[in-house]
Amino acid sequence: MAIGFAWRYRASNTKATYAPRWSHSTAIEVVVWTIPVIIIAILATLTWTSSHELDPYKPIESSVKPINVDVVSMDWKWLFIYPDYNIATVNELAFPVDTPVNFRITSTTVMNSFFIPQLGSQIYSMSGMQTKLHLIARETGTFAGLSANYSGPGFSDMHFKAHATTQQGFEDWVAKVRASSNPLTTEGFAALNKPSERNPVTYFSDTPPSMFDFILHSQMDKIAGVDSSICTPTSKNLVAAAE
Amino acid sequence: MFGKLTLESVPYHEPIVMGTLAGVVLGGILLLGAITYFGKWKYLWTEWLTSVDHKRIGVMYIIVAIVMLLRGFADAIMMRTQLAVASGGSPGFLPPHHYDQVFTAHGVIMIFFMAMPFMTGLLNVVVPLQIGARDVAFPFLNNFSFWMTTAGAVLVMMSLFLGEFSTSGWLALSNLGNQNPGVGLDYYIWALQLSGLGTTLSGINFIVTIFKMRTPGMKLMQMPVFTWTALVTNVLIVAAFPILTVTLALLTADRYLGTHFFTNDGGGNAMMYVNLIWIWGHPEVYILILPAFGAFSEIISTFSRKPLFGYKSMVYATACIGVMSFIVWLHHFFTMGSGADVNAFFGIATMIISIPTGVKIFNWLFTMYRGRIEMTVPVYWTIGFIVTFVIGGMTGVMLAIPAADFLLHNSLFLVAHFHNVIIGGVLFGYLAAMCFWFPKAFGFKLNERLGKASFWCWLIGFWMAFMPLYIVGMKGMTRRMNHYDNPEWHPYMLVALAGAFIVALGIAFLILQIVVSIKDRKKNLDLTGDPWGGRTLEWSIASPAPFYNFAQLPKVEHLDQFWEDKESGRAFKQPTHYEDIHMPRNTGAGVVIGGIFGTIMGFALVWHIWWLAIVGFLGMVIGFVVRSYDRDIDYYVPAKEVEAIENARYRQLQQVA
Amino acid sequence: MTQAVSTHLHDVAHHHEHHDDGSKTTLGFWIYLMSDCLIFSGLFATFAVLRHNTAGGPDGKELFDLSYVLVETMLLLVSSFTFGVGMLNLYAGNKGRLLGWLFVTFLFGAGFVGMEVYEFHHLISEGNGPGRSAFLSAFFTLIGTHGLHVTFGLIWILIMMHQVKRFGLDGVSTRRLACLSLFWHFLDIVWICVFTFVYLFGVL
Repeated sequence: MAIGFAWRYRASNTKATYAPRWSHSTAIEVVVWTIPVIIIAILATLTWTSSHELDPYKPIESSVKPINVDVVSMDWKWLFIYPDYNIATVNELAFPVDTPVNFRITSTTVMNSFFIPQLGSQIYSMSGMQTKLHLIARETGTFAGLSANYSGPGFSDMHFKAHATTQQGFEDWVAKVRASSNPLTTEGFAALNKPSERNPVTYFSDTPPSMFDFILHSQMDKIAGVDSSICTPTSKNLVAAAE
Repeated sequence: MFGKLTLESVPYHEPIVMGTLAGVVLGGILLLGAITYFGKWKYLWTEWLTSVDHKRIGVMYIIVAIVMLLRGFADAIMMRTQLAVASGGSPGFLPPHHYDQVFTAHGVIMIFFMAMPFMTGLLNVVVPLQIGARDVAFPFLNNFSFWMTTAGAVLVMMSLFLGEFSTSGWLALSNLGNQNPGVGLDYYIWALQLSGLGTTLSGINFIVTIFKMRTPGMKLMQMPVFTWTALVTNVLIVAAFPILTVTLALLTADRYLGTHFFTNDGGGNAMMYVNLIWIWGHPEVYILILPAFGAFSEIISTFSRKPLFGYKSMVYATACIGVMSFIVWLHHFFTMGSGADVNAFFGIATMIISIPTGVKIFNWLFTMYRGRIEMTVPVYWTIGFIVTFVIGGMTGVMLAIPAADFLLHNSLFLVAHFHNVIIGGVLFGYLAAMCFWFPKAFGFKLNERLGKASFWCWLIGFWMAFMPLYIVGMKGMTRRMNHYDNPEWHPYMLVALAGAFIVALGIAFLILQIVVSIKDRKKNLDLTGDPWGGRTLEWSIASPAPFYNFAQLPKVEHLDQFWEDKESGRAFKQPTHYEDIHMPRNTGAGVVIGGIFGTIMGFALVWHIWWLAIVGFLGMVIGFVVRSYDRDIDYYVPAKEVEAIENARYRQLQQVA
Repeated sequence: MTQAVSTHLHDVAHHHEHHDDGSKTTLGFWIYLMSDCLIFSGLFATFAVLRHNTAGGPDGKELFDLSYVLVETMLLLVSSFTFGVGMLNLYAGNKGRLLGWLFVTFLFGAGFVGMEVYEFHHLISEGNGPGRSAFLSAFFTLIGTHGLHVTFGLIWILIMMHQVKRFGLDGVSTRRLACLSLFWHFLDIVWICVFTFVYLFGVL
């Protein structure tokens, strides 16, 4: 209409009707208010349903047992902890295809955003707080992962690869990590926590399963001084166990 | 003695910066030299810098805006160039610390020191004339607001050569304060606080002006649409800017006083910052766009030779947009994990705003329908706006769906969306408005050909620069990345760079347009005060407008009263009798309090030079107190002088006729 | 026709002069107060969010002395009353009495600020300053901002006293005192909210 009207009613086109006093039409008003309202009503329904169906916190329904991965964003790398396998890695993820992956996410520094674009939503990682994400890969392959929230000079290099493998491929990967003979100690973690950029992929063969809770709580203690409701209930014991 | 400031604070080892410094110093010397050579210091001081005349203040605001446009755009070219070369492992030529300052400065400058001053300038020039007033409600405050904005701009410019600028992004969302205890974030804070105070005071000024100083007979529903949008905009300013002030003050407390509002420890809550800053941030973008909408309304009705279609609808739609702008802020951080119910509510609220916006678009189209459209430069901008902005708005509705936003948040798709609506809406609108009202401010028209050239370069350049960003954003590229290793993205960055250069050409044509028009001014004089066949009161007086605006306050009974007067033959009739006119005096108080002491205080606070900060602060307070003792702040223009000026005007009208 | 038009316009010009009656200033000041209200509401919201984040340190129950705060509150409330009496004298044209009541208001206000400074000093010297926890940061900032406003009000009172002495009760001084009056009562209302939401609710 913009181009059409401008062309048809240009001043040099004297053939077009000129209605210099016409500036109101209830019919047109009704139409231009109603049609957008209808469109938005449709979109609103879509929005409501999709927001609930695709809520990052909603677990994925599947008969396959999910894999749990704990994610910690640091300056400027990602630490991935597998609490059920006692291993951890920097900047590399792996999981079997067609298996729901349940992520718990936090940060030891400013906010980042955990994002594997080809698999689904991103969600912020925040210090002293825990966010959740549920993803599932339907095909094997390697997917690019990154941080989608600017967090400082090393931000552009916060990439990681997420490998969706076969079940056997995943077990081989876990074994490979375990074979690295590189346990994650408290000193090791403290060193990791220092700012660094372009970290290479690193494997930690032995990691306490409560590592995530320990990190979460050491940040949280600084906030409330008390256990807040999103902590796991036995956190104080786990903190001790991590030592 | 000098706080944190040392000789090391000058970035000697950064060639780009030092080169720029050399250019600025050279340019500065030339400019100051020229003013001295032509003996214009007294003129500049008495007629412009100390002026409380809203028309002069408005022009000064726009000059600041255009200067800052050049700086902000230079940042944009640097970013595009960096991304065009930093592909596949190459680090490019801008290391992260520098690049991060560039994108932060780009955003801060474009929003706070280009768009806001441009808007305030347009409101200043036009609104009092449209309502038949002689000035704004508080002329001294108006001048002071201008100098506070300028103080902020000066601080931002200074940061280039002394110290560094913030690397935290235009809203400092990244909470990098603890990582970066340097002066950059402090420059940001004080520049924004100073100019924010100026803006808030301007907001109060215009609300009172519009409510209290309309010419007799002009009811609210007879005000021009631009004035309506100005009213809603200023209400938004007064409602939103205090939140910015508080949020930045809390951030300042964290940095200067060791508090724990937004820190990761001590109980701080970074999410609180995100919420607060966006509660300001979303109304801010509506503050920017509403006057542009108003300008388009005036332009399209004038050049279609038809009243604006659906005036009442336009007013209600504007008010709806204003109110709703306060209930959508969470759409800026759907991904922070507020849960599906909250996300869906804010997503739906965001979409609802598109309804009154769409109504406005249709009303503009139906204004054109069955009109007689003169294709002038402002109309080009308007049509370019309608096409561009609608697409940008649609991508906004897409982003408003949380599920889609989960993939697109912080991607270049988002960047393309907001540039789409800000360039296509705000900037196109302000440039159209500048072209439209230029004759009223200066007495001659701008060059049409160069204006059209500038428009086409902007339109084509914009789409070329941002279409690739939409695509690459959907492919997963995130914003604020300094380099990337996915070679697929590289060609898109190259196209975007080309687009940016075409926009640069558009800016060059804009500057050229102004320069050539000044040179050719005698050929394009506006002799009647009504060069376009206008509909509203500002076109009923001479161009440039006399300093008192209206010798006699016009009597208004209808919407578009001037058009009615022209149709019925009542226009351009010289009154038989003149009165003395009450006018405010110019004053240097604004320059001193805002421009000088404000800048000193801000600078000193940045560098922790506490004694100097106290000097600056006390200077401001004492300046105000001294000003309050000044009882000689206004005067009367004798009726004879008014008569002489008006006689000259009517003589000229007769010559033209 | 022209004659009638121009006489009509002449009347209109006189009509405009009535705009210089101070109503612009009053409206402008009200709008400024609304913006100030928003600043306080931002601080209240921040306090509400952060009030439980004590980082292992003390909370309101342990820190607040309600009887002390009650005295502070009474000082401020009385100062509002004395200001009101001053304003009555202004409208009656009693310059001397106005100055007297303004001075009394100043004393009560200064007493309020003095007590607040003492409270802050006490907290800080015990290690419970604004840097101790987010709760205390929010507390100090909210109360402190109010206190700063009152301090500016006190300076303004002194300046107005001097201006009234020097210029008399002219239109300008009357307008400014009306604004100061609005300001002073506004701060009183904000304090009521502070007293209720911060101190009372903090202790209960």
